[in-house]
Amino acid sequence: MKEITKDVVVIGGGSAGMAAAGEVVGKGHSVVLLEREEILGGILNQCIHNGFGLHRFKEELTGPEYAERYARIIEESQVEYYTGTTVSEIDSREDGKTVFAFSSEHGMLRINCRAVVLAMGCRERNRGNIGTPGTRPAGVYTAGLAQRLVNMEGLMPGSKCVIVGSGDIGLIMARRMSWAGAEVKGVVEIQPYPAGLTRNIVQCLNDFDIPLHLSHVVSKIYGKDRVEGVDITPLKNGMEVTEETFHVECDTLLLSVGLVPENEIARNTGIKINPETNGPLVDSNLMTSVEGIFACGNVLHVHDLVDYVSEESQRCGEFVSTYLKAGDREQQYSMVSGSNLKYVIPNRFSSGRDNHFYMRSLIVRNHAELVFSLDGNEVKRKKIRHIQPSEMISFTLKKEELADFNLDEQSRLEVSLIG
Amino acid sequence: MTKEMICISCPIGCHIEVTRNQDEITVRGNKCSRGEIYGKEELLSPKRVVTATCPADSILMARIPVKTTRPIGKELINSLLEDLYKTRVQAPVQCGAVIMENYAGTGVDVVVTKSLSS
Repeated sequence: MKEITKDVVVIGGGSAGMAAAGEVVGKGHSVVLLEREEILGGILNQCIHNGFGLHRFKEELTGPEYAERYARIIEESQVEYYTGTTVSEIDSREDGKTVFAFSSEHGMLRINCRAVVLAMGCRERNRGNIGTPGTRPAGVYTAGLAQRLVNMEGLMPGSKCVIVGSGDIGLIMARRMSWAGAEVKGVVEIQPYPAGLTRNIVQCLNDFDIPLHLSHVVSKIYGKDRVEGVDITPLKNGMEVTEETFHVECDTLLLSVGLVPENEIARNTGIKINPETNGPLVDSNLMTSVEGIFACGNVLHVHDLVDYVSEESQRCGEFVSTYLKAGDREQQYSMVSGSNLKYVIPNRFSSGRDNHFYMRSLIVRNHAELVFSLDGNEVKRKKIRHIQPSEMISFTLKKEELADFNLDEQSRLEVSLIG
Repeated sequence: MTKEMICISCPIGCHIEVTRNQDEITVRGNKCSRGEIYGKEELLSPKRVVTATCPADSILMARIPVKTTRPIGKELINSLLEDLYKTRVQAPVQCGAVIMENYAGTGVDVVVTKSLSS
Protein backbone atom coordinates (compact mmCIF):
# COMPACT_ATOMS: atom_id res chain seq x y z
CA MET A 1 0.00 0.00 0.00
CA LYS A 2 1.11 3.51 -0.80
CA GLU A 3 0.15 6.38 1.49
CA ILE A 4 0.20 9.95 0.16
CA THR A 5 -0.72 13.28 1.74
CA LYS A 6 -1.59 16.26 -0.48
CA ASP A 7 -3.81 19.32 -0.37
CA VAL A 8 -6.08 18.15 -3.20
CA VAL A 9 -7.02 14.93 -4.99
CA VAL A 10 -8.47 15.25 -8.49
CA ILE A 11 -10.36 12.16 -9.67
CA GLY A 12 -10.22 11.81 -13.45
CA GLY A 13 -7.49 12.81 -15.92
CA GLY A 14 -9.67 13.97 -18.79
CA SER A 15 -10.27 17.55 -19.87
CA ALA A 16 -12.00 18.48 -16.60
CA GLY A 17 -9.49 16.90 -14.24
CA MET A 18 -6.46 18.24 -16.08
CA ALA A 19 -7.81 21.81 -16.18
CA ALA A 20 -8.75 21.74 -12.49
CA ALA A 21 -5.45 20.14 -11.39
CA GLY A 22 -3.42 22.59 -13.49
CA GLU A 23 -5.21 25.55 -11.92
CA VAL A 24 -4.91 24.29 -8.34
CA VAL A 25 -1.19 23.52 -8.65
CA GLY A 26 -0.64 26.91 -10.27
CA LYS A 27 -2.07 28.54 -7.13
CA GLY A 28 0.60 26.85 -5.04
CA HIS A 29 -1.19 23.80 -3.64
CA SER A 30 -0.06 20.20 -3.84
CA VAL A 31 -2.18 17.98 -6.08
CA VAL A 32 -2.58 14.31 -6.91
CA LEU A 33 -4.41 13.42 -10.14
CA LEU A 34 -5.82 9.91 -10.56
CA GLU A 35 -6.67 8.47 -13.99
CA ARG A 36 -8.18 5.06 -14.71
CA GLU A 37 -6.77 4.70 -18.25
CA GLU A 38 -3.08 4.30 -19.09
CA ILE A 39 -2.83 7.76 -20.65
CA LEU A 40 -4.16 11.21 -19.73
CA GLY A 41 -6.83 12.81 -21.89
CA GLY A 42 -9.96 10.79 -21.19
CA ILE A 43 -12.54 10.59 -23.92
CA LEU A 44 -10.69 13.19 -26.05
CA ASN A 45 -8.25 10.48 -27.09
CA GLN A 46 -10.92 8.67 -29.09
CA CYS A 47 -12.49 11.85 -30.52
CA ILE A 48 -10.09 12.11 -33.47
CA HIS A 49 -12.34 14.50 -35.40
CA ASN A 50 -11.71 18.24 -35.33
CA GLY A 51 -13.74 21.07 -33.87
CA PHE A 52 -12.24 21.30 -30.40
CA GLY A 53 -10.56 24.33 -28.89
CA LEU A 54 -12.11 27.19 -30.86
CA HIS A 55 -12.98 29.05 -27.65
CA ARG A 56 -10.08 27.90 -25.50
CA PHE A 57 -7.17 28.04 -27.95
CA LYS A 58 -8.73 30.10 -30.78
CA GLU A 59 -7.89 27.37 -33.25
CA GLU A 60 -9.52 24.20 -34.42
CA LEU A 61 -7.95 21.08 -32.94
CA THR A 62 -8.74 17.37 -32.90
CA GLY A 63 -9.52 15.67 -29.58
CA PRO A 64 -6.06 14.09 -29.14
CA GLU A 65 -4.37 17.43 -29.89
CA TYR A 66 -6.54 19.23 -27.34
CA ALA A 67 -5.78 16.53 -24.77
CA GLU A 68 -2.07 16.67 -25.46
CA ARG A 69 -1.90 20.42 -24.82
CA TYR A 70 -3.34 19.91 -21.34
CA ALA A 71 -1.41 16.69 -20.69
CA ARG A 72 1.83 18.57 -21.38
CA ILE A 73 0.87 21.23 -18.84
CA ILE A 74 0.24 18.49 -16.26
CA GLU A 75 3.42 16.56 -17.10
CA GLU A 76 5.56 19.68 -16.79
CA SER A 77 3.87 20.84 -13.58
CA GLN A 78 4.22 19.74 -9.98
CA VAL A 79 1.02 17.67 -10.25
CA GLU A 80 1.71 14.11 -9.12
CA TYR A 81 -0.36 11.92 -11.43
CA TYR A 82 -1.11 8.22 -11.44
CA THR A 83 -2.50 6.50 -14.53
CA GLY A 84 -4.01 3.01 -14.57
CA THR A 85 -5.47 3.92 -11.18
CA THR A 86 -9.10 3.47 -10.20
CA VAL A 87 -10.74 5.22 -7.26
CA SER A 88 -13.05 3.05 -5.19
CA GLU A 89 -14.10 5.20 -2.27
CA ILE A 90 -13.93 8.62 -0.65
CA ASP A 91 -13.98 8.80 3.11
CA SER A 92 -15.09 12.29 4.13
CA ARG A 93 -14.56 13.40 7.71
CA GLU A 94 -14.67 16.81 9.35
CA ASP A 95 -10.91 16.93 9.76
CA GLY A 96 -10.12 15.87 6.20
CA LYS A 97 -10.68 13.30 3.52
CA THR A 98 -9.14 10.05 2.41
CA VAL A 99 -9.40 8.78 -1.15
CA PHE A 100 -8.88 5.06 -1.71
CA ALA A 101 -7.65 3.89 -5.10
CA PHE A 102 -5.85 0.92 -6.59
CA SER A 103 -3.53 0.22 -9.50
CA SER A 104 -1.52 -2.75 -10.69
CA GLU A 105 1.69 -0.81 -10.07
CA HIS A 106 1.10 0.33 -6.49
CA GLY A 107 -1.70 -1.90 -5.25
CA MET A 108 -3.80 0.13 -2.81
CA LEU A 109 -3.29 3.88 -2.68
CA ARG A 110 -4.48 5.79 0.35
CA ILE A 111 -4.44 9.53 -0.18
CA ASN A 112 -5.15 11.99 2.61
CA CYS A 113 -6.22 15.44 1.52
CA ARG A 114 -8.23 18.55 2.39
CA ALA A 115 -10.26 18.82 -0.81
CA VAL A 116 -11.40 16.50 -3.59
CA VAL A 117 -12.37 17.42 -7.15
CA LEU A 118 -14.75 15.01 -8.90
CA ALA A 119 -13.93 14.99 -12.63
CA MET A 120 -14.93 11.51 -13.73
CA GLY A 121 -16.95 12.56 -16.76
CA CYS A 122 -20.01 10.69 -17.91
CA ARG A 123 -21.10 7.38 -19.36
CA GLU A 124 -23.38 6.43 -22.22
CA ARG A 125 -26.99 5.42 -21.89
CA ASN A 126 -27.51 1.99 -23.44
CA ARG A 127 -30.18 -0.32 -24.82
CA GLY A 128 -31.52 -1.08 -21.36
CA ASN A 129 -32.12 2.63 -20.76
CA ILE A 130 -34.31 3.05 -23.85
CA GLY A 131 -35.97 -0.36 -23.69
CA THR A 132 -35.95 -1.33 -27.37
CA PRO A 133 -37.97 -4.54 -27.96
CA GLY A 134 -36.65 -7.47 -29.99
CA THR A 135 -34.01 -10.16 -29.77
CA ARG A 136 -30.65 -9.73 -28.09
CA PRO A 137 -28.08 -10.41 -30.82
CA ALA A 138 -24.47 -9.22 -31.08
CA GLY A 139 -23.99 -6.00 -33.01
CA VAL A 140 -25.69 -3.52 -30.67
CA TYR A 141 -23.09 -1.01 -29.50
CA THR A 142 -23.13 2.35 -27.82
CA ALA A 143 -21.73 4.92 -30.25
CA GLY A 144 -18.85 5.86 -27.96
CA LEU A 145 -17.74 2.25 -27.64
CA ALA A 146 -17.85 1.90 -31.43
CA GLN A 147 -15.80 5.10 -31.66
CA ARG A 148 -13.16 3.65 -29.38
CA LEU A 149 -13.05 0.41 -31.37
CA VAL A 150 -12.65 2.17 -34.73
CA ASN A 151 -10.37 5.04 -33.72
CA MET A 152 -8.13 3.45 -31.11
CA GLU A 153 -8.23 -0.29 -31.55
CA GLY A 154 -8.61 -0.31 -35.34
CA LEU A 155 -11.59 -2.67 -35.25
CA MET A 156 -14.78 -2.31 -37.30
CA PRO A 157 -18.02 -2.95 -35.38
CA GLY A 158 -19.92 -3.85 -38.57
CA SER A 159 -20.53 -3.06 -42.21
CA LYS A 160 -24.16 -1.90 -42.48
CA CYS A 161 -25.38 0.20 -39.59
CA VAL A 162 -28.34 2.11 -38.29
CA ILE A 163 -27.73 4.77 -35.67
CA VAL A 164 -30.24 5.44 -32.91
CA GLY A 165 -30.21 9.00 -31.60
CA SER A 166 -28.86 12.10 -33.30
CA GLY A 167 -26.53 13.16 -30.48
CA ASP A 168 -23.13 14.42 -31.57
CA ILE A 169 -21.38 11.11 -30.96
CA GLY A 170 -23.92 9.35 -33.18
CA LEU A 171 -23.51 11.91 -35.95
CA ILE A 172 -19.71 11.85 -35.75
CA MET A 173 -19.86 8.05 -35.88
CA ALA A 174 -22.09 8.17 -38.98
CA ARG A 175 -19.28 9.99 -40.78
CA ARG A 176 -16.55 7.83 -39.26
CA MET A 177 -18.28 4.59 -40.26
CA SER A 178 -18.82 5.96 -43.79
CA TRP A 179 -15.19 7.00 -44.08
CA ALA A 180 -14.09 3.62 -42.71
CA GLY A 181 -16.00 1.85 -45.49
CA ALA A 182 -19.29 0.93 -43.80
CA GLU A 183 -22.73 1.82 -45.10
CA VAL A 184 -24.83 3.96 -42.77
CA LYS A 185 -28.48 3.31 -43.54
CA GLY A 186 -29.96 6.07 -41.43
CA VAL A 187 -30.15 7.94 -38.15
CA VAL A 188 -33.31 7.54 -36.08
CA GLU A 189 -34.24 10.35 -33.65
CA ILE A 190 -37.24 10.20 -31.31
CA GLN A 191 -37.50 14.00 -30.98
CA PRO A 192 -38.81 16.24 -33.79
CA TYR A 193 -35.45 18.07 -33.82
CA PRO A 194 -31.85 16.80 -33.98
CA ALA A 195 -30.03 16.33 -30.67
CA GLY A 196 -26.58 17.18 -32.03
CA LEU A 197 -24.93 20.36 -33.25
CA THR A 198 -26.23 21.67 -36.56
CA ARG A 199 -22.78 21.64 -38.14
CA ASN A 200 -22.63 17.90 -37.50
CA ILE A 201 -25.92 17.32 -39.32
CA VAL A 202 -24.40 19.11 -42.31
CA GLN A 203 -20.96 17.54 -42.41
CA CYS A 204 -21.74 14.08 -41.03
CA LEU A 205 -25.14 13.27 -42.56
CA ASN A 206 -25.90 15.59 -45.48
CA ASP A 207 -22.41 15.14 -46.96
CA PHE A 208 -23.04 11.39 -47.16
CA ASP A 209 -26.76 11.50 -48.04
CA ILE A 210 -27.57 9.66 -44.83
CA PRO A 211 -31.30 10.00 -44.04
CA LEU A 212 -32.26 11.49 -40.67
CA HIS A 213 -35.61 10.15 -39.45
CA LEU A 214 -36.92 12.72 -36.95
CA SER A 215 -39.87 11.72 -34.72
CA HIS A 216 -39.10 8.04 -35.36
CA VAL A 217 -38.09 5.14 -33.12
CA VAL A 218 -36.44 1.78 -33.64
CA SER A 219 -39.39 -0.37 -32.62
CA LYS A 220 -37.84 -3.82 -32.97
CA ILE A 221 -34.44 -5.46 -33.34
CA TYR A 222 -34.18 -8.67 -35.43
CA GLY A 223 -31.48 -11.35 -35.54
CA LYS A 224 -30.46 -14.43 -33.55
CA ASP A 225 -26.67 -14.37 -33.23
CA ARG A 226 -26.06 -11.09 -35.05
CA VAL A 227 -28.29 -8.10 -35.79
CA GLU A 228 -30.10 -8.74 -39.10
CA GLY A 229 -32.32 -5.69 -39.27
CA VAL A 230 -34.53 -3.23 -37.42
CA ASP A 231 -38.07 -1.92 -37.68
CA ILE A 232 -38.41 1.85 -37.70
CA THR A 233 -41.73 3.44 -36.74
CA PRO A 234 -42.80 7.09 -37.03
CA LEU A 235 -44.35 8.89 -34.05
CA LYS A 236 -47.39 11.15 -34.17
CA ASN A 237 -48.35 13.01 -30.98
CA GLY A 238 -46.05 10.70 -29.06
CA MET A 239 -47.77 7.53 -30.33
CA GLU A 240 -46.21 4.96 -32.65
CA VAL A 241 -47.95 4.87 -36.04
CA THR A 242 -47.46 1.11 -36.43
CA GLU A 243 -48.99 0.86 -39.90
CA GLU A 244 -46.21 3.12 -41.25
CA THR A 245 -43.44 0.93 -39.82
CA PHE A 246 -40.66 0.09 -42.29
CA HIS A 247 -37.85 -2.44 -42.13
CA VAL A 248 -34.14 -1.74 -42.66
CA GLU A 249 -31.56 -4.50 -43.08
CA CYS A 250 -28.38 -3.94 -41.10
CA ASP A 251 -25.81 -5.86 -39.07
CA THR A 252 -25.02 -3.16 -36.54
CA LEU A 253 -26.98 -0.78 -34.36
CA LEU A 254 -25.16 2.14 -32.76
CA LEU A 255 -26.85 3.86 -29.83
CA SER A 256 -26.25 7.54 -29.23
CA VAL A 257 -29.04 8.12 -26.77
CA GLY A 258 -27.58 10.45 -24.22
CA LEU A 259 -24.97 10.61 -21.51
CA VAL A 260 -25.29 10.36 -17.76
CA PRO A 261 -22.79 11.79 -15.23
CA GLU A 262 -20.69 9.06 -13.66
CA ASN A 263 -21.74 9.45 -10.05
CA GLU A 264 -21.48 6.14 -8.21
CA ILE A 265 -18.65 7.44 -6.04
CA ALA A 266 -20.48 10.71 -5.37
CA ARG A 267 -23.63 8.85 -4.30
CA ASN A 268 -21.70 6.52 -2.03
CA THR A 269 -20.07 9.53 -0.40
CA GLY A 270 -23.51 10.93 0.44
CA ILE A 271 -23.40 13.79 -2.07
CA LYS A 272 -26.83 15.14 -3.04
CA ILE A 273 -27.68 14.64 -6.72
CA ASN A 274 -29.61 17.10 -8.92
CA PRO A 275 -32.42 15.10 -10.59
CA GLU A 276 -32.35 17.39 -13.67
CA THR A 277 -28.67 16.83 -14.47
CA ASN A 278 -27.96 13.56 -12.63
CA GLY A 279 -24.84 15.32 -11.38
CA PRO A 280 -24.20 16.71 -7.89
CA LEU A 281 -26.01 19.80 -6.66
CA VAL A 282 -23.37 22.50 -6.33
CA ASP A 283 -23.09 25.93 -4.73
CA SER A 284 -21.68 29.02 -6.41
CA ASN A 285 -18.15 27.65 -5.85
CA LEU A 286 -18.98 24.32 -7.53
CA MET A 287 -18.79 22.65 -4.11
CA THR A 288 -21.13 19.71 -3.62
CA SER A 289 -23.33 19.15 -0.57
CA VAL A 290 -20.33 17.57 1.17
CA GLU A 291 -17.91 20.27 2.28
CA GLY A 292 -14.55 20.17 0.53
CA ILE A 293 -15.73 18.02 -2.37
CA PHE A 294 -16.07 19.88 -5.66
CA ALA A 295 -17.32 18.78 -9.09
CA CYS A 296 -16.63 19.97 -12.62
CA GLY A 297 -16.96 18.87 -16.22
CA ASN A 298 -19.31 16.14 -17.41
CA VAL A 299 -19.64 14.58 -13.97
CA LEU A 300 -21.48 17.77 -12.97
CA HIS A 301 -23.61 18.15 -16.10
CA VAL A 302 -23.10 16.97 -19.66
CA HIS A 303 -21.44 19.68 -21.76
CA ASP A 304 -21.53 19.85 -25.54
CA LEU A 305 -18.18 21.61 -25.96
CA VAL A 306 -14.93 20.59 -24.30
CA ASP A 307 -13.97 24.25 -24.22
CA TYR A 308 -16.74 24.83 -21.69
CA VAL A 309 -15.52 21.84 -19.67
CA SER A 310 -12.02 23.33 -19.47
CA GLU A 311 -13.36 26.77 -18.62
CA GLU A 312 -15.65 25.46 -15.88
CA SER A 313 -12.96 23.19 -14.45
CA GLN A 314 -10.36 25.93 -14.36
CA ARG A 315 -12.86 28.04 -12.45
CA CYS A 316 -13.45 25.07 -10.17
CA GLY A 317 -9.69 24.95 -9.53
CA GLU A 318 -9.77 28.61 -8.49
CA PHE A 319 -12.65 27.94 -6.10
CA VAL A 320 -10.76 25.01 -4.56
CA SER A 321 -7.77 27.27 -3.99
CA THR A 322 -9.93 29.95 -2.37
CA TYR A 323 -11.52 27.28 -0.19
CA LEU A 324 -8.12 26.03 0.98
CA LYS A 325 -6.91 29.55 1.80
CA ALA A 326 -9.97 31.16 3.38
CA GLY A 327 -11.52 30.04 6.62
CA ASP A 328 -15.01 31.51 6.43
CA ARG A 329 -17.35 31.11 3.51
CA GLU A 330 -19.03 33.90 1.58
CA GLN A 331 -22.79 34.44 1.73
CA GLN A 332 -24.65 32.54 -0.99
CA TYR A 333 -28.19 32.72 -2.30
CA SER A 334 -30.55 30.41 -4.12
CA MET A 335 -30.36 30.09 -7.92
CA VAL A 336 -33.18 28.38 -9.82
CA SER A 337 -34.17 27.74 -13.42
CA GLY A 338 -37.54 29.11 -14.56
CA SER A 339 -39.62 28.64 -17.67
CA ASN A 340 -38.20 26.86 -20.74
CA LEU A 341 -34.95 25.85 -19.05
CA LYS A 342 -34.12 22.29 -18.09
CA TYR A 343 -31.50 23.35 -15.58
CA VAL A 344 -29.05 26.00 -14.47
CA ILE A 345 -25.62 25.30 -12.97
CA PRO A 346 -24.56 26.22 -10.29
CA ASN A 347 -27.52 26.07 -7.91
CA ARG A 348 -26.37 28.99 -5.72
CA PHE A 349 -24.88 32.42 -6.47
CA SER A 350 -22.71 34.95 -4.66
CA SER A 351 -23.35 38.69 -4.60
CA GLY A 352 -19.83 40.04 -4.28
CA ARG A 353 -18.45 38.79 -7.61
CA ASP A 354 -19.27 37.78 -11.18
CA ASN A 355 -21.33 34.60 -11.43
CA HIS A 356 -21.01 32.28 -14.37
CA PHE A 357 -23.98 30.12 -15.32
CA TYR A 358 -24.51 27.25 -17.73
CA MET A 359 -28.07 26.50 -18.82
CA ARG A 360 -29.84 24.09 -21.07
CA SER A 361 -32.94 25.09 -22.99
CA LEU A 362 -36.07 22.97 -23.26
CA ILE A 363 -37.21 24.65 -26.49
CA VAL A 364 -36.06 25.36 -30.05
CA ARG A 365 -36.45 29.04 -31.02
CA ASN A 366 -34.95 31.77 -33.11
CA HIS A 367 -34.69 35.10 -31.26
CA ALA A 368 -35.27 34.25 -27.62
CA GLU A 369 -34.46 36.25 -24.51
CA LEU A 370 -32.66 35.16 -21.39
CA VAL A 371 -34.16 36.91 -18.35
CA PHE A 372 -32.70 37.02 -14.84
CA SER A 373 -35.01 38.16 -12.07
CA LEU A 374 -34.32 38.50 -8.37
CA ASP A 375 -37.36 37.94 -6.15
CA GLY A 376 -39.58 39.03 -9.05
CA ASN A 377 -37.54 42.08 -10.11
CA GLU A 378 -35.82 41.94 -13.46
CA VAL A 379 -32.04 42.13 -13.16
CA LYS A 380 -30.80 41.40 -16.64
CA ARG A 381 -32.17 40.60 -20.06
CA LYS A 382 -30.20 39.30 -23.02
CA LYS A 383 -31.25 38.51 -26.56
CA ILE A 384 -30.15 35.16 -27.98
CA ARG A 385 -30.37 34.54 -31.70
CA HIS A 386 -30.94 30.82 -31.65
CA ILE A 387 -31.55 28.29 -28.89
CA GLN A 388 -32.04 24.55 -28.91
CA PRO A 389 -31.75 21.87 -26.21
CA SER A 390 -28.54 20.47 -27.67
CA GLU A 391 -26.67 23.76 -27.41
CA MET A 392 -25.72 24.81 -23.93
CA ILE A 393 -26.13 28.46 -23.00
CA SER A 394 -23.20 30.04 -21.18
CA PHE A 395 -23.65 33.41 -19.44
CA THR A 396 -21.80 35.61 -16.95
CA LEU A 397 -23.84 37.86 -14.67
CA LYS A 398 -21.55 40.73 -13.72
CA LYS A 399 -21.03 41.80 -10.14
CA GLU A 400 -22.30 45.35 -10.96
CA GLU A 401 -25.58 43.99 -12.32
CA LEU A 402 -26.56 42.78 -8.87
CA ALA A 403 -25.17 45.81 -7.02
CA ASP A 404 -28.44 47.77 -6.86
CA PHE A 405 -30.46 44.97 -5.31
CA ASN A 406 -30.94 44.14 -1.66
CA LEU A 407 -30.32 40.55 -0.80
CA ASP A 408 -31.46 38.60 2.22
CA GLU A 409 -31.28 34.93 3.13
CA GLN A 410 -34.52 34.16 1.30
CA SER A 411 -33.41 35.85 -1.94
CA ARG A 412 -33.85 33.80 -5.05
CA LEU A 413 -32.47 34.50 -8.49
CA GLU A 414 -34.46 32.93 -11.30
CA VAL A 415 -33.36 32.60 -14.90
CA SER A 416 -35.89 31.93 -17.67
CA LEU A 417 -36.06 31.82 -21.41
CA ILE A 418 -38.74 33.78 -23.19
CA GLY A 419 -39.32 32.56 -26.72
CA MET B 1 -29.47 32.42 -57.14
CA THR B 2 -29.65 32.23 -53.35
CA LYS B 3 -28.73 29.18 -51.32
CA GLU B 4 -29.40 28.72 -47.63
CA MET B 5 -26.63 26.95 -45.77
CA ILE B 6 -25.38 26.26 -42.30
CA CYS B 7 -21.82 27.31 -41.72
CA ILE B 8 -19.73 24.48 -40.31
CA SER B 9 -16.62 26.51 -39.49
CA CYS B 10 -17.35 26.36 -35.78
CA PRO B 11 -19.94 24.83 -33.43
CA ILE B 12 -22.14 27.95 -33.47
CA GLY B 13 -23.47 26.85 -36.89
CA CYS B 14 -24.68 30.19 -38.32
CA HIS B 15 -27.57 29.94 -40.74
CA ILE B 16 -26.24 31.83 -43.76
CA GLU B 17 -27.60 32.94 -47.11
CA VAL B 18 -25.25 32.79 -50.05
CA THR B 19 -26.31 34.75 -53.12
CA ARG B 20 -24.63 34.53 -56.52
CA ASN B 21 -25.10 37.44 -58.84
CA GLN B 22 -23.02 36.69 -61.94
CA ASP B 23 -19.44 37.01 -60.70
CA GLU B 24 -20.32 38.43 -57.32
CA ILE B 25 -21.07 36.22 -54.34
CA THR B 26 -22.48 37.74 -51.16
CA VAL B 27 -22.88 36.00 -47.82
CA ARG B 28 -25.39 37.11 -45.24
CA GLY B 29 -26.16 35.94 -41.69
CA ASN B 30 -22.58 35.04 -40.76
CA LYS B 31 -21.29 36.19 -37.38
CA CYS B 32 -17.62 36.16 -38.39
CA SER B 33 -15.36 36.35 -41.42
CA ARG B 34 -14.94 32.58 -41.60
CA GLY B 35 -18.63 32.34 -42.47
CA GLU B 36 -18.05 34.43 -45.59
CA ILE B 37 -15.15 32.24 -46.71
CA TYR B 38 -17.16 29.09 -46.01
CA GLY B 39 -20.23 30.30 -47.89
CA LYS B 40 -18.24 31.21 -51.00
CA GLU B 41 -16.22 28.00 -51.01
CA GLU B 42 -19.23 25.81 -50.34
CA LEU B 43 -20.94 27.27 -53.39
CA LEU B 44 -17.95 26.97 -55.75
CA SER B 45 -15.97 23.94 -54.53
CA PRO B 46 -16.84 22.38 -51.18
CA LYS B 47 -13.90 21.36 -49.01
CA ARG B 48 -13.58 19.42 -45.77
CA VAL B 49 -10.91 18.76 -43.19
CA VAL B 50 -10.33 15.00 -43.12
CA THR B 51 -9.46 13.21 -39.90
CA ALA B 52 -8.62 9.50 -39.90
CA THR B 53 -6.25 6.98 -38.38
CA CYS B 54 -3.22 5.19 -39.80
CA PRO B 55 -1.89 1.85 -38.60
CA ALA B 56 0.84 2.47 -36.01
CA ASP B 57 3.95 0.42 -35.35
CA SER B 58 3.79 0.66 -31.60
CA ILE B 59 2.88 -1.56 -28.68
CA LEU B 60 0.95 1.33 -27.10
CA MET B 61 -1.57 2.00 -29.84
CA ALA B 62 -2.93 0.08 -32.83
CA ARG B 63 -3.88 3.25 -34.71
CA ILE B 64 -2.56 6.78 -34.69
CA PRO B 65 -4.87 9.73 -35.41
CA VAL B 66 -4.05 12.05 -38.34
CA LYS B 67 -5.64 15.08 -40.03
CA THR B 68 -5.29 17.27 -43.07
CA THR B 69 -3.75 20.65 -42.23
CA ARG B 70 -6.47 22.42 -44.23
CA PRO B 71 -9.76 21.44 -45.85
CA ILE B 72 -9.36 19.51 -49.11
CA GLY B 73 -11.77 19.13 -52.03
CA LYS B 74 -14.57 16.68 -51.27
CA GLU B 75 -13.80 14.75 -54.49
CA LEU B 76 -10.32 13.87 -53.16
CA ILE B 77 -11.46 12.49 -49.79
CA ASN B 78 -11.98 8.85 -50.76
CA SER B 79 -8.61 8.44 -52.45
CA LEU B 80 -6.91 10.22 -49.54
CA LEU B 81 -8.54 7.85 -47.04
CA GLU B 82 -7.43 4.84 -49.08
CA ASP B 83 -3.85 6.11 -49.11
CA LEU B 84 -3.93 6.85 -45.36
CA TYR B 85 -5.20 3.40 -44.42
CA LYS B 86 -2.14 1.97 -46.23
CA THR B 87 0.39 4.29 -44.54
CA ARG B 88 2.14 2.77 -41.52
CA VAL B 89 3.44 5.29 -38.98
CA GLN B 90 6.54 4.39 -36.97
CA ALA B 91 6.90 5.35 -33.31
CA PRO B 92 8.34 7.53 -31.90
CA VAL B 93 6.51 10.38 -33.58
CA GLN B 94 5.59 13.86 -32.44
CA CYS B 95 2.15 15.45 -32.71
CA GLY B 96 2.28 17.65 -35.83
CA ALA B 97 4.78 15.49 -37.75
CA VAL B 98 4.02 15.50 -41.50
CA ILE B 99 3.35 12.04 -42.92
CA MET B 100 2.07 13.11 -46.33
CA GLU B 101 3.18 16.28 -48.04
CA ASN B 102 1.23 18.36 -50.55
CA TYR B 103 -1.45 15.73 -51.16
CA ALA B 104 -2.35 15.44 -54.86
CA GLY B 105 -0.84 18.85 -55.48
CA THR B 106 -3.38 20.61 -53.25
CA GLY B 107 -0.77 22.14 -50.96
CA VAL B 108 -2.44 20.35 -48.06
CA ASP B 109 -0.36 18.14 -45.77
CA VAL B 110 -1.42 15.29 -43.53
CA VAL B 111 -0.06 15.45 -39.97
CA VAL B 112 -0.12 13.18 -36.93
CA THR B 113 -2.37 14.48 -34.14
CA LYS B 114 -0.94 12.52 -31.23
CA SER B 115 2.60 12.03 -29.97
CA LEU B 116 3.66 8.46 -29.60
CA SER B 117 6.77 7.40 -27.71
CA SER B 118 8.78 4.40 -28.83
